[in-house]
Amino acid sequence: MAFEGLADRLQSTIKKITGKGKVSEQDVKEMTREVRLALLEADVNFKVVKDLINRIKERAVGQEVMESLTPGQQVIKVVKEELTTLMGGEHSKIAVSDRPPTVIMMVGLQGAGKTTTTGKLANHLRKKQNRSPLLVACDIYRPAAIQQLETLGEQLSMPVFSMGTEANPVDIATKAIEQAKEEHNDYVIIDTAGRLHVDNELMDELQQIKSKVKPDEIFLVVDAMTGQDAVNVADSFNDQLDISGVVLTKLDGDTRGGAALSIKAVTDKPIKFAGMGEKLDELEAFHPERMASRILGM
Amino acid sequence: AKYRKVDEDFFEELEEVLISADVGVMTVMDLIDELKMEVKRQNIKDTKEVKDVISEKLVEIYYGDDDEKVEKLNIQENQLSVILVVGVNGVGKTTSIGKLAHQLKQQGKNVVLAAGDTFRAGAIEQLEVWGERAEVDVIKQSAGSDPAAVIFDGIKAAKSRNADVLICDTAGRLQNKVNLMNELAKVKRIIEREIPGAPHEVLLVLDATTGQNALNQAKTFSEATNVSGIVLTKLDGTAKGGIVLAIRNGLNIPVKFVGLGEQVGDLREFNAHAFVYGLFADMLEGE
Ligand SMILES: Nc1nc2c(ncn2[C@@H]2O[C@H](COP(=O)(O)OP(=O)(O)OP(=O)(O)O)[C@@H](O)[C@H]2O)c(=O)[nH]1
Ligand SMILES: Nc1nc2c(ncn2[C@@H]2O[C@H](COP(=O)(O)OP(=O)(O)OP(=O)(O)O)[C@@H](O)[C@H]2O)c(=O)[nH]1
Ligand SMILES: [K+]
Ligand SMILES: [Mg+2]
Ligand SMILES: [Mg+2]
Repeated sequence: MAFEGLADRLQSTIKKITGKGKVSEQDVKEMTREVRLALLEADVNFKVVKDLINRIKERAVGQEVMESLTPGQQVIKVVKEELTTLMGGEHSKIAVSDRPPTVIMMVGLQGAGKTTTTGKLANHLRKKQNRSPLLVACDIYRPAAIQQLETLGEQLSMPVFSMGTEANPVDIATKAIEQAKEEHNDYVIIDTAGRLHVDNELMDELQQIKSKVKPDEIFLVVDAMTGQDAVNVADSFNDQLDISGVVLTKLDGDTRGGAALSIKAVTDKPIKFAGMGEKLDELEAFHPERMASRILGM
Repeated sequence: AKYRKVDEDFFEELEEVLISADVGVMTVMDLIDELKMEVKRQNIKDTKEVKDVISEKLVEIYYGDDDEKVEKLNIQENQLSVILVVGVNGVGKTTSIGKLAHQLKQQGKNVVLAAGDTFRAGAIEQLEVWGERAEVDVIKQSAGSDPAAVIFDGIKAAKSRNADVLICDTAGRLQNKVNLMNELAKVKRIIEREIPGAPHEVLLVLDATTGQNALNQAKTFSEATNVSGIVLTKLDGTAKGGIVLAIRNGLNIPVKFVGLGEQVGDLREFNAHAFVYGLFADMLEGE
């Protein structure tokens, strides 16, 4: 029952229609009902689904569908178009500061994939753009977070800046940028501790780092398996930090990933990259159209 | 509490609240249908009464046809008990092991941990810190070594130290990675071979922020390792973890613990009644 593709689910409704010369409003209602279920089962936020369904309904009772010879197929096309538009174009570019180093800050909930993605981004910048990044260990809370980043630095043969767990993350970030200037690192990627969006104290720490180092990018790292709460998390991080983009991780799994759509809808910030595995070369540009098909299970 | 009528609007809001709690749209629609009938039958008019009916129905969904029983951790007396901890990446396995070790230690048990995640950067060091916090020994090998060999070592060490409980950490893995799931099944077979009746618990750790994919996780990890219980983590956030209803009902896997933070004391036993109430409490309280 759950996780059945939209195309499959719409089959029976479509069959009814194909015999008919015309599609009735009742037919559209039944189809949009199936679409609604498919989106909710893919974890698209229910408010986002509501808006989307209204838009789809409007288009579906219009002539592009009603007068088409294959109204069922046409509805699917409309749904896909709406989803793809909602998710925006491709955005795999990373900002470049005209006064190096360019500073990137990684933020997000616990376990989302920030530290791993810090390593992946550094690898990407070196490989694709011939940059020399400095990785910065600002997670002083999670046990062995610094060792984790240092190990990634070793695997990449890249420098990692850390001051242990006693220093203040704001100071660590500040000093790291000084060092990057001295050592001519053109990118600084700051790994921060995972935190809940409702943890005022720790969110305040991120704001302090932000105001001190003035990052060129703030990436919210989000687990693609996230359910309905994705909107609250993204909305709140964006509200407090004005993020510049999103990295969606763990898309190598079998989740439908409706969180992607929800996040884009509430923050209107681009999803820039997709994490496709645990290894440091498993980062890809985000493809909105592929994501739309995936959410619909087609 | 808010006093309002139990009408169509009420049910629509309830539907939205439960969907937002990740209960799953099909489960929610069935529940709403049943609730409507029940409300009619009992002639319920206000939300104070309906609260209990909603709770009852949700608890009913959770337990399915089974009796409500306390689902305690299966720990043997006077014999080594082995707990295998599994789950996808980043859900809170290692942290939950640290918390559980602390809890068992507090109860006077002699606990040993095995650092079966030899893959993720810093995983062994992370477990070692938790070992220090819980004041229990950690058996490890170097990064990159065979996880099954580490677990084998762990069993040997636990036996020779006359430990009561051995808790085995494993690397996070997505359930659709066949090789990694086979590796996990192999780890379990080693445990079975070394100690008859073990593992006594296979705990699947689920992140409460996870949506409908958690059902796939539960299915596939169960096929590979016969999961006996769930640890539902990160309930201190705003996510509700409603998918465990469908998991308990459909796959008969009970939640045994909930994680409520990152500190050593932030692990609690699961209470179905309190949990289901939490799924819709916001709707009836305050606002
Ligand atoms: N399969 C898969 N695993 C990933 C991906 N990105 C990260 N991971 C894994 O997810 C887990 C958590 O990743 P981390 O990088 O430690 O996450 P984090 O956000 O830094 O975690 P905290 O610092 O504890 O908040 C690790 O096991 C990673 O290997 C991905 O794209 N695919
Ligand atoms: N807020 C909160 N954070 C938690 C909870 N449990 C674990 N975490 C955090 O979640 C992150 C990931 O926890 P880990 O224990 O490393 O997760 P894991 O499943 O072992 O991760 P991998 O080994 O990389 O697959 C860490 O930052 C933990 O501190 C919880 O109950 N509440
Ligand atoms: K997660
Ligand atoms: Mg981290
Ligand atoms: Mg771990």
